[in-house]
Amino acid sequence: MKLVTAIIKPHQLDEVKEALEAYGISGMTVSEASGYGRQRGHSEVYRGAEYTVDFVPKVRVEVLVDDIDATSVADVILKGAQTGRIGDGKIWTVPVEDVVRVRTGERGVDAL
Amino acid sequence: MVLRMSAITFVAADVPFTDSGNTAWVLAAAALVLFMTPGLALFYGGMVRTKSVLNMMMMSFITMGTVGTVWILWGYSETFGPDVGGGIVGNPFTHFGLKGILDQIYGYVPADAAAGTAAAGGIPAPAFVAFQVVFAIIAVALVSGAIADRAKFTAWTVFTVVWATLVYFPAAHWVFAFSGYAAETGGWIANKADGLLFGGAGAYDFAGGTAIHINAGAAGLALAIVLGKRIGFAKEPMRPHNLTLVMIGAGILWFGWFGFNAGSALGAGTQAAGVWVNTLAATCTAMLGWLIVEKVRDGHPTSLGAASGVVAGLVAITPACATVSPIGALIVGLVAGAGCALAVGLKFRFGFDDSLDVVGVHLVGGLIGTLLIGLLATKGSPTGAAGLDVNEGVFYGGGFSQLGAQVTGALTVMVFSFVMTYLIGLAIHKTIGFRVDDTQESQGVDLSEHAESAYDLSGLTGGRFGSPGAVSTASSGKPAKTHEGASA
Repeated sequence: MKLVTAIIKPHQLDEVKEALEAYGISGMTVSEASGYGRQRGHSEVYRGAEYTVDFVPKVRVEVLVDDIDATSVADVILKGAQTGRIGDGKIWTVPVEDVVRVRTGERGVDAL
Repeated sequence: MVLRMSAITFVAADVPFTDSGNTAWVLAAAALVLFMTPGLALFYGGMVRTKSVLNMMMMSFITMGTVGTVWILWGYSETFGPDVGGGIVGNPFTHFGLKGILDQIYGYVPADAAAGTAAAGGIPAPAFVAFQVVFAIIAVALVSGAIADRAKFTAWTVFTVVWATLVYFPAAHWVFAFSGYAAETGGWIANKADGLLFGGAGAYDFAGGTAIHINAGAAGLALAIVLGKRIGFAKEPMRPHNLTLVMIGAGILWFGWFGFNAGSALGAGTQAAGVWVNTLAATCTAMLGWLIVEKVRDGHPTSLGAASGVVAGLVAITPACATVSPIGALIVGLVAGAGCALAVGLKFRFGFDDSLDVVGVHLVGGLIGTLLIGLLATKGSPTGAAGLDVNEGVFYGGGFSQLGAQVTGALTVMVFSFVMTYLIGLAIHKTIGFRVDDTQESQGVDLSEHAESAYDLSGLTGGRFGSPGAVSTASSGKPAKTHEGASA
């Protein structure tokens, strides 16, 4: 099993969610995050004082998938999240040792 | 004692009576002005960071408690009681606890049989007491914006009482105590007569450009210097945490300010109505002035700029609202809006951390309004329309005499306030300490000074889990726990 994690622009979340549902992914975890990459931050002006805000609001999407789906799920997210402009984010995939469904106690692929 | 009579009756025996319309307006205006202080709490509170919003709002709220109390005890008497000499200050003991004034009537004009004029009703003294206490409260609250995020709350509380007593009440006496209104001899800035300090200045300050805004602005500068800069000032971004609160606060201030200015007519008539319109006019152009500066200089007109422009315009028209024409009011507003938008940058150049720009908005705005009277005062103003005399300004061919009086009033209050506040601030700082320690400041003064958090919004769960820890109530006698035992 694999954990696919994507850091995306907040307003791309709907497109990513719809793309994942269309592919057949039945669940995901979403959390608010903030950070920066090559994009760096942005600037805001309050009463004439310019502030550089380093940490830009982002959304983290996490999806647990079977090994065989990992690459295509990353591609699905990529398609939903990509705008081609700076600050689109990152996607990475890591191996997962075990997964348990809390309600039933099912383990491994059955728990996905 | 108070006989109810028609205002057109010639009264044989001269028995003062009240005018119900004037009294109703002054009482309503007093309530409007009280509402400005919670408005200021929102205006200031939205501008600080999440970790200190409660403390910011509390610094305004506490003035309603402390200044309101001392006003009843000695503040009223010190401001409007019998002058101790020279128009310097009222006697704080004469009307201690409002002794001896509850049945008095102020502003009553006796009938003049020779001139063929009827008597005009006054207002009950307690209505005047009510109207003036809310001025004292907000004057003190305004100062707090200069020391956001870092002041000890007990030190601030002590400061409100000492500053009101030693700085505000005397300055208010100079500016607001007219000879023959509440007491025979008034303050030396408002009046011009032999026996007053320098023979009196005779400056125009209708609702407190000097006594309130220049005073609070200069005091803010002094306190910002005494306390020093916040950790990270001009290095880290210190963004306003909630601009919607700032805009609501600005709206409440504008609403209440009609009571502040039009109420200062102390009656409901021609002068009050004209002042109301001038107060609106200046605020409109001040908002535009501030936003134009931002659009040209920074590229975007901001909501904080609109809210700040509104307040800058209200500050500047406060002294001038009765003695300039509506066109004059539009000019005062535009100059104040643009001028204050440029002035708020000064703190970075000079390196003092006047956190919420009390200097840039109240000192600069107060100076602009007070000094422009010297140029723009005219008989074509609400005061002139009410049939009262106006010493015209430079632009109306009145020469420089009024401008001289305005400069005297403005500079005296500014210097007096700065020096006195610096000494009071230093005395508090050297004894009980005016500033929290670095750790408390980093964690936020809401936690260190009040043991509270403003918002329980952390995370997507919206606080549904509560915070980890234990609960104990004051009545259970156990010390309150916060985060101990959270690991369990």
